[in-house]
Amino acid sequence: MAVADPSYALRGEGRSRRRRLVNRAAEGVALLAAAAAIAILAVVVFSVARRGFGQLGFGFLTGDLPLFGQPGGGIAPLIVGSALLVGIATVIALPLGVLTALFVTEFAERRSASVIQLTLDLMAGLPSIILGVFIFGLLVAGHKQSGYAGGIALSIVMLPLIARSTQEVLRLVPDSHREGALALGASRWRTVVGVVLPSALGGILTGTILAIARAAGETAPLLFATSIYANTVEWNPGHALPNIPVQIFIWSESSDPNDHQRAWAAAFVLLLFVLVTSLLGRAALARTRKKLGQ
Amino acid sequence: MAAVNAFPATQVLTGSRRLRDRLGDRLLFLLTLLAALVAIAAMLGIAYKVFHGAWLAISKYGLGFLTSTAWDVNKAAFGALPGLYGTAVTSFFALLIAGPLAIAVALFLSELAPRAVRGVLGPLVEMLAAIPSVVLGLWGILVLGPFVAAHIEPWLHDNLGFLPIFSGDPSSSGVFIAILVLAIMIVPIVASICRELFLSVPHELEDGALALGATRWEMVRGVVLSSSRPGIAAALILGLGRALGEAIAVTQVIGAGWWIHKSFFGPGDTLASRIASQFQGAQTKEQTASLFYLAAILLVIGLVTNLAAQLIVRRFEVQRTGGS
Repeated sequence: MAVADPSYALRGEGRSRRRRLVNRAAEGVALLAAAAAIAILAVVVFSVARRGFGQLGFGFLTGDLPLFGQPGGGIAPLIVGSALLVGIATVIALPLGVLTALFVTEFAERRSASVIQLTLDLMAGLPSIILGVFIFGLLVAGHKQSGYAGGIALSIVMLPLIARSTQEVLRLVPDSHREGALALGASRWRTVVGVVLPSALGGILTGTILAIARAAGETAPLLFATSIYANTVEWNPGHALPNIPVQIFIWSESSDPNDHQRAWAAAFVLLLFVLVTSLLGRAALARTRKKLGQ
Repeated sequence: MAAVNAFPATQVLTGSRRLRDRLGDRLLFLLTLLAALVAIAAMLGIAYKVFHGAWLAISKYGLGFLTSTAWDVNKAAFGALPGLYGTAVTSFFALLIAGPLAIAVALFLSELAPRAVRGVLGPLVEMLAAIPSVVLGLWGILVLGPFVAAHIEPWLHDNLGFLPIFSGDPSSSGVFIAILVLAIMIVPIVASICRELFLSVPHELEDGALALGATRWEMVRGVVLSSSRPGIAAALILGLGRALGEAIAVTQVIGAGWWIHKSFFGPGDTLASRIASQFQGAQTKEQTASLFYLAAILLVIGLVTNLAAQLIVRRFEVQRTGGS
């Protein structure tokens, strides 16, 4: 008597069908959103590559900046200047960031640790144009633009990034290592220098690489610190250093189509550097995490 | 007594090595403390310099600066209202577009996508965040702007033109383009925070919901989303903070105009874009001080949004870890 029609349960009608449709729709929306995000990335990278790649050549990469209104020219001064600026920023931010992270994870009590943590988080969230205005008021007003001013501005961008990634790997170093070293009679500083830092080294390096990728593309901190420069290669950070991001900004605001072409080419170089470095950094980071997190 | 002699090392340590260790401990502690203090000093220094630079304008215009729409260098009359309006409008609408999109992306990456796909797509979405803003702005003004002006703005104007925001003539630079570019910048930020959040939802809860017969969407809505609500709010606020402060890409695409227009298709300005475009060429002391004043306002807004996000995150973390 109780022979149910099996097709009834299998097909799903009414409420259960609606639930399934809603589920399908939600999954579809999520899939579309992810596809859209990837598509935007692809379109931007493709646009830049298509317009920029063709102009790259030995002459463009090694030539001086074009004089106003003249055709041709190259971006060697920009590459050298950007490298110097990021180098200065790294030299300042790396030791400061690592030491700050050591203070938070190894020495500080809970309350002072959370104060510094908050400071770093706020620093990371600071609008970068504020850094530009700050460094102008601190070092440029009354003096002149310089590579040092630009480098210091970039170091404020890098500091919280390096400090945070260092903290993260320091926390991954198992406490048993520290306890082992202390139990063997090693002092606190020997434990930190001999045991904790070496096992965190890989993570600190990848964090630094990611911070470099970020700083290399920052424009706003440099905008008032090192934006009026000569068209030749400048090695002295005491003078304003030509650099890629500010020059792309200047070229993109120009009405000359030649300048737009140069902007695309410079943007291609910058994008390539930033994407490759952050991809490498990310891959290395994933490995470090795996290694330290068992 | 015999037990003490079993550890001769303790005798050695009382010598010069112990002194060196104590000095070393002290030195390392002081060094790290100094670095931490430098970080705090930098933050305070930034706030001091910005307000110091703005002081002339703050004492001259007072709080009336916030409600004035003037920007006249010759008459030395300055106000922040158009910039405040532009900043609020661009960031709000960018978040309106990017927020739901980013949450959907995060859900796809954490709940729906097969493991292999996740491993590829996750880093790609983060790459979107790595694109320098000046490159995105260049693309915005030379590619996105002309495309939107030719295809999307006319459609919006024809079909939704009764809304004041879509009432103007299409233009390849302006507030609308700025909103789109900002939305692109926010999506990866919000998406990657939300993904981490969703991945941290306990698996037993998700499996429980599925075992009770919930569909995947019902599980996501009832378990994943509802248990990460404060975290999502914090992620959205952090995205908003990024949009509020973005100077370069917005300056490139917004077209500059210190006014309050109903239409989104025309040019405008945000606090940050005004500073970026005028600071270098400022002609008078009042103008420079007024730009510093804009920076001070931006600094306060930036700090408040970030602080709000951090507070939510901290309370949320206590809740999650305290509950288990």
